[in-house]
Amino acid sequence: MLSLTLKINGATHHLAAESDTPLLQVLRNQLGLTGGKLGCGLEQCGACAVLVDGESRLSCVAAASEFQNKDIVTIEGLAGEGGLSSVQRAFVAETAAQCGYCTPGMIIAVTGLFRKIPQPNDAQVQDALADHLCRCGSHARILAAIDRLRREV
Amino acid sequence: MAENLSLTKNPDLDAWISITTDGRVLVRMGKVDIGQKISSAVARLAAEELDIDLSRIVMFRPDTIDGPDEGMTSGSNSMEESGNAVRLAGATAKAHLLALAAVALDVEPSGLEVSDGVVTARSTNQVTSYWELQGDKPFGVPIDINAPVKPAALTTLIGRASPPLDLADIVTGRHVFVHDMNMAGMLHARPVRPPHVHARLASLDTKVLEQLSNRGFTVVRDGSFLAVTGSDEHAVIKAALTLADAASWTSTRELDTTNITEQLTGNERLSMRVVDGVPVDGPIPLMPARPAGLKASLAARYERPYIMHGSIGPSAALARFGSDGLEIWTHSQGIYLLRASLAELFSMPIEQLRLHHRPGSGCYGHNGADDAAVDAALVARAMPGTPILLKWTRADEHAWEPYSPAMVMELSGGITADGTITAWSHETFSDTHVLRPRPGVAGLGPSRLLPAQFLENTPTIVPPPPNLTHHGGIHRNLEPLYRIKEPRLIKHLVRGLPHRTSALRTLGAFANIFALESFIDELAAAAGEDPVDLRLRHLDDPRARACIEAVATRIGPLDQAPEGHGRGLAFGQYKNAKAYVAVAVELAVDDTAKIHLKRVVIAGDAGQVVDPTGVIAQLEGGFIQAASWTLYEAVTYQADGITSRDWQSYPIIGFDNIPDIETVLLDQPDAAFLGAGEAVCGPTGAAIANAVHRSTGVRPRQLPLTPDALRAAALSN
Repeated sequence: MLSLTLKINGATHHLAAESDTPLLQVLRNQLGLTGGKLGCGLEQCGACAVLVDGESRLSCVAAASEFQNKDIVTIEGLAGEGGLSSVQRAFVAETAAQCGYCTPGMIIAVTGLFRKIPQPNDAQVQDALADHLCRCGSHARILAAIDRLRREV
Repeated sequence: MAENLSLTKNPDLDAWISITTDGRVLVRMGKVDIGQKISSAVARLAAEELDIDLSRIVMFRPDTIDGPDEGMTSGSNSMEESGNAVRLAGATAKAHLLALAAVALDVEPSGLEVSDGVVTARSTNQVTSYWELQGDKPFGVPIDINAPVKPAALTTLIGRASPPLDLADIVTGRHVFVHDMNMAGMLHARPVRPPHVHARLASLDTKVLEQLSNRGFTVVRDGSFLAVTGSDEHAVIKAALTLADAASWTSTRELDTTNITEQLTGNERLSMRVVDGVPVDGPIPLMPARPAGLKASLAARYERPYIMHGSIGPSAALARFGSDGLEIWTHSQGIYLLRASLAELFSMPIEQLRLHHRPGSGCYGHNGADDAAVDAALVARAMPGTPILLKWTRADEHAWEPYSPAMVMELSGGITADGTITAWSHETFSDTHVLRPRPGVAGLGPSRLLPAQFLENTPTIVPPPPNLTHHGGIHRNLEPLYRIKEPRLIKHLVRGLPHRTSALRTLGAFANIFALESFIDELAAAAGEDPVDLRLRHLDDPRARACIEAVATRIGPLDQAPEGHGRGLAFGQYKNAKAYVAVAVELAVDDTAKIHLKRVVIAGDAGQVVDPTGVIAQLEGGFIQAASWTLYEAVTYQADGITSRDWQSYPIIGFDNIPDIETVLLDQPDAAFLGAGEAVCGPTGAAIANAVHRSTGVRPRQLPLTPDALRAAALSN
């Protein structure tokens, strides 16, 4: 067991985990942050994405210990006192979800994209979503949410 | 209107609607939300009929304790069953409440006005409310199946766009899936499966078992069923790998890797003629004679491989076994049927099983949900008192969910000199599409639960009988909606095929419509006819014609696509009884034979639209999913097991091939609701194939339309 210090959604947590325990498992099972999902455990589907120092990263394989001294934000940490984030609002406005299992990962990926590039072009959008799968077929709605965000910027 | 089974089984108003003293309206239904947002549409219907604000409605998640039992959530039936049931329940409740109010306020019911549940007597301005009159009290009346419902012109909620009820929770991560549940003392669990379905457990390395036990894990074994539990989920995932390494398996046979088309057309089979959408006994008729002087005469064979549901979240369930019985939280689409089969498998009185529906990842049919519930139950039964949250891995889901069967469709027909389609024959070869755990003769239900096949005492597997219902499994949409004289329609239920198969969105309709709508285009091309005209000339139903005309107009002339693009369209009315959908596709095929979807127009007629946002989502989402089946998907396997075990070995559509989609709803106010969850899929496959043909001159008849398949089709054309 390792002693870890993780900064998540602005709060500092001291906890213990095995050296290979993925960040996602710590978030879900030790901290009750179940918004990020286990979809594959293989970094193939994107359901587990979290923001790490503002960038979207997959959390289902990389060990929690690698994320010390970094600023982690999960889907639960996006909405602030002013309500939903702009990305969350755009997803609601465009009904960009059906079952919702992939949605937290999608929202994190889009949030990371717009933090890095306020006016991303189509290739940059494709790149940001390349690791994200959706089976309900909400892709077109998610792209519509991204278009809405591009118009708002 | 046809009999509504949901109402026949659950005639009492109290089973569906209750009113609280604090001003809420509780609505129970037996159909489950699986991402299709059925509860959002049903909530609107209840609020509309009761004249209350939508925010007062509380939709209950179905469980087997309070009912109503509405059987399976499948077949695009939910709006017609739950939707109409709740609509009539709302109308009955309102009439009952107005009668109570009339007595309380001493006026005639016709002298009352309702606004958000507050009832006012026009003459006296005296006021009461639903909550005063009926709060926390049973109605004690049956639903009036003739209760007048609101005409469309008077509605204020239905037919208007608004976000689904659960969307705010989904975007903030608060939406709780069964995977996210937690309970005091809960343990995590993973099953350990054999390498393939015919393998059985020969031995387990006892040293490894001892090590696992010393490290705090519990291994549950019954025959060849294996699972491991522990308190830390990641440690359990690793322990399951250790346990898998410690197991030795034997098998009497392997997976049959003979070419699947040869198996489908060569194996023992049960063949039936299909008349008016229903299989009938009697001899299989000979091929229709082809009259002389035909403008075109063709025969073609279409094929599609095994495909999977491919839920993004692997199947999971939470189970607890105690002195009061077995309680399970599951994302099954049919909690009542699962309960009955579990009671039979475990020889338990059915009242001792309590099942609660909880959200899973979208399933689109019978995926691993029921099997995972049995896995969890088997582990919980071995560890009484301990809640068990069991999850499948990605590899478990890919390798063990019941697939949608591979199919072969053989079509032939011609066009007469005056442009009439004639001598139509369509034979479909497939394994069953319906292997849900529906109890029947002893052992039938349990035998369909995957984990039961590995137990010491295995229920005998009974080959499924042919589905004889109207547009059932294999013969769903085998019957063309087109006016064709005496079509020869044959379903072949093929035995002895390599994989367990069951219901995936549309069952046989996707492949049947892919074949028949491709063949219509082939006939048109052979006869030098316009494919839109040919379709319209053979359709009497104006609603069907309107869908085709809507997409044909919007996509533009089929032969005038921009340079390098091709256009194609296709049509289907799901089961010839549900929503009508036409799809037009514009695409490009590049030098490497890759297909790029550019632009799509979908026109759908789902009768009266209650929740346009929901219907559009079903049409668009169904298009994208079916485009994925069409372009990318095939389950792969070898003699020693399934080789599609992750998203690299079973690729699905990504953001790099999503076209611009325009969706047109042809609303029919005051018409009956027509289920819309599946109707777009079949036309999607054929519209893509038809566009590929118009773009390249190559007629693709084998799915998926990968570059390799297109190159092979170019050679064989």
